[in-house]
Amino acid sequence: MANDKHEIAMIGDRDSILLAKAAGLAVFPEADGDGASKRIHRLAREGVKVIFITEPLFAQCGEAIEQYKQESFPAIIPIPDSHGSTGVAMAQIKSNVEKAIGADILFS
Amino acid sequence: MAALQVKPTRMELSNLKKKKKVAVRGHKLMKDKRDEMVRRFIIYVRRNKELREQVEAKLGEAMQSFVLARASMSNEDIEEALCYPARPAEIEVSSQHVLSVQAPKLELKETGGAIELPYGIATTSAELDGAVKQFSELLPLLIELAEVEKICNRLADEIEKTRRRVNALEYVMIPQFDEAIHTITMKLDENERGNLTRLMKTKDMLANKQ
Repeated sequence: MANDKHEIAMIGDRDSILLAKAAGLAVFPEADGDGASKRIHRLAREGVKVIFITEPLFAQCGEAIEQYKQESFPAIIPIPDSHGSTGVAMAQIKSNVEKAIGADILFS
Repeated sequence: MAALQVKPTRMELSNLKKKKKVAVRGHKLMKDKRDEMVRRFIIYVRRNKELREQVEAKLGEAMQSFVLARASMSNEDIEEALCYPARPAEIEVSSQHVLSVQAPKLELKETGGAIELPYGIATTSAELDGAVKQFSELLPLLIELAEVEKICNRLADEIEKTRRRVNALEYVMIPQFDEAIHTITMKLDENERGNLTRLMKTKDMLANKQ
């Protein structure tokens, strides 16, 4: 299903990603962190620019995400799944602020 | 702090002075760069937080409508409606530089006109249309979030690196140079004084002889 035209992909559980499919994103249902990590590597090789990934899976494949953090592409972005937000993404913003400035100035 | 091992010569002294000049200049530039990066980072991270909140709220709504749609239609119908490939959403990708940090620039290509549904409307419920529409409207926000979040990540890393360099220059390199320059000057002065005393002594001895 991954044809060359897709530049945006979404990884997540089935329920959460069906909607994205209707909007024209390439979707890949994955159930666990291992599968999602492999999928991220494969998508990166194929030249997908943006990968949205549901928060539970985002938390599970930290290693793969860390690897692509230093590069311009792909951008791997966590989004809340159908059960709502878990706060992983906000925690990431927070850690960025702490890393760059040394103190949390946004959330305190 | 381990001092630099240098020979106390005028040559070394002038070399060290040049090196120190470069280090001080580099330190100033790095510091300016760091300050500007922090300023921009704060702007981006504020935007990032704003976008993230919006996306989370709206995505929650869309997902909720989708759950409702699932409830009002049979599972097979939904699968059938959504398994037709939609027109792929395309983005314009280029790279931008934010203070020598490379970051992607993403722009959603306008598909023009109303949002198309990839399925027929005869067998599907209105809730599904709503959910898909909500999600499609969310797409530009998602793309912008992706761009801003990536920039924030890269900037945070870069700021950390630059700060280390600034600190290394300020607290290690420059003091080391200062110390070495001081030592050499002292040594040279001491030699000078030794020379002078010797001359005076010789002069005295010659005067006494006569």
